Formats: sequence, structure tokens, C-alpha cells
Amino acid sequence: MDDAALRAAADCGGAGAAGDVSLAVTATPQGVREALIRLRRDLTAAGLAPDDVGTAEMVLAEVMNNIVEHAYAGCSGAQLELRLRVCRGGGGLSVHARDTGAAMPGGTLPEGAPHRLDVGMEDLPEGGFGWALIRTLTEDLTYRRAGGENHLNFRVPLPELI
Amino acid sequence: MNLDHEVKGDVLVITPADRRIDAAVAIQFKDRMREMSATAGDRIVLDLGQVDFVDSSGLGAIVAAMKQLGQGSRLELAALTPNVAKVFRLTRMDTVFPIHDSVDAALGAAVSHG
Repeated sequence: MDDAALRAAADCGGAGAAGDVSLAVTATPQGVREALIRLRRDLTAAGLAPDDVGTAEMVLAEVMNNIVEHAYAGCSGAQLELRLRVCRGGGGLSVHARDTGAAMPGGTLPEGAPHRLDVGMEDLPEGGFGWALIRTLTEDLTYRRAGGENHLNFRVPLPELI
Repeated sequence: MNLDHEVKGDVLVITPADRRIDAAVAIQFKDRMREMSATAGDRIVLDLGQVDFVDSSGLGAIVAAMKQLGQGSRLELAALTPNVAKVFRLTRMDTVFPIHDSVDAALGAAVSHG
């Protein structure tokens, strides 16, 4: 097994890999939108079912939006990098997101606790859904700050992927 | 952000013509909804049949659009596509909005505003 194959097996926990995607994304809402449209096409081409593509798009949108809104907080010209690997045999989608923006406050990921919805209409939440969605739809979520970069790793289980 | 609209009986039906309500258009969506709902009656139905993606910013903008209607009015949703329905379900926002299978179902429904 050569080095590349070894790394692929490691990323997928021993399951088969197919459909690697790596892309640099302009860290703006429009850049995120364009990246998601491309990823939807690539993941569909890699054989993911429509429901699984939708789940992956939802998670990747929240991860990238968080980087744009918080890590970069309006910096112009910044980029983030996304690497995806489709792992067959129950492995789901393995994701690594990297950016050079500000560190997570406290060095840890937000808890993403669900909102209380048994409130009056004027008190309903208009934001803060992102981390709850990410935590609900991912496994093995880890955050690491190293060399002035944020590294987020996680897996999106894709039940329809064989 | 293009929002088509049509008055059907005493109901204002607003139909986003874009496929995505996301962070790139969330503020614009909220502002356009405010303009359109200014002269509406009690019932506004947001027809999401052409929208295949809503992120958390878009969801927040839809909540904001309901809140800015003020007392007595409630924003109802219709024709959610599978991915959009999933976002509402996972955030439990499907418990906050009246949700109809289609615009026709919404128009046929008698909704209380209690």
C-alpha cells in the first residue's frame, strides 16, 4: 500500500474511499454559495443520494458560514479550504475545514444547545441554529488551533451511501 | 432576491423565485418581506415550492419576517421541498409555523390566530 492509499484508508477508517474534493473558497456569503453549488454537483456525481447530498450541504453551509461570519468577521480577501472524502461502506463523508481567521473563543467549539421555543413570538430566535445543526448531523467533531490556523474535522454519516 | 406575490381572496401568497434563501440574501429577503407584508391582511402564505436550500441565516430571516408582521398576523409556510423541510424539523421550527403541503391546501385551511 503506498502512502496516498494509506492516508485514504486512515481517513475513511478502513472503508473504501471515492470522490475526493478539495477546494479553496472565497470567505464571503457569495463565495460560500458558489462552493455549495459546486459541492452539490460533485457529491451527486460521486453517487450520493439526494437526501445525503442535502444533509452534507446543510452541514457544510453552516461550517463555512461560521468561518466567514466569526473567524474572518468581515475581513475581505480571505479564503478557507475544504477537503472532503466520500467513504463508502458506512463511512459517510469525512471533512476537514481549514482557515487562518480568529481562533474559537475559549479554544473550544460552541455547545449548540437547542433554543427554547415555548416563548412569545417576539422572543423567538433569529439565529444561533448553526452549531445545533452541525452537532446533530455530524460525528467525531474535533477542533484544533495550530500554527495560526483553525482546523475542524468531522464526519457526516450518510445512511443511503453503500 | 426576487419575490413574486399574488392576492388570493384575503390571503397574500408570496413566492420566492430564487432557489436559495441563504446568508447571501437573508437581509434582502427580510427587507422585501417587510415591504410586501406592509399592506397585507391577516394571512400571509410563503410558498417555498421553488426553494431547495435554506441555511440557518435564511431560517432566521424567515422567523424575522414573521416577527415583523406584528400582532394578529402569522406567517404560514407551504410546499416545503425535502431539504427545506429537514432544516425546519431539525431546528424544531416546524412547531412554530403553520406548514401546509401546498399553496392550495393553505388557501383551503381555516387557520386560527389564537
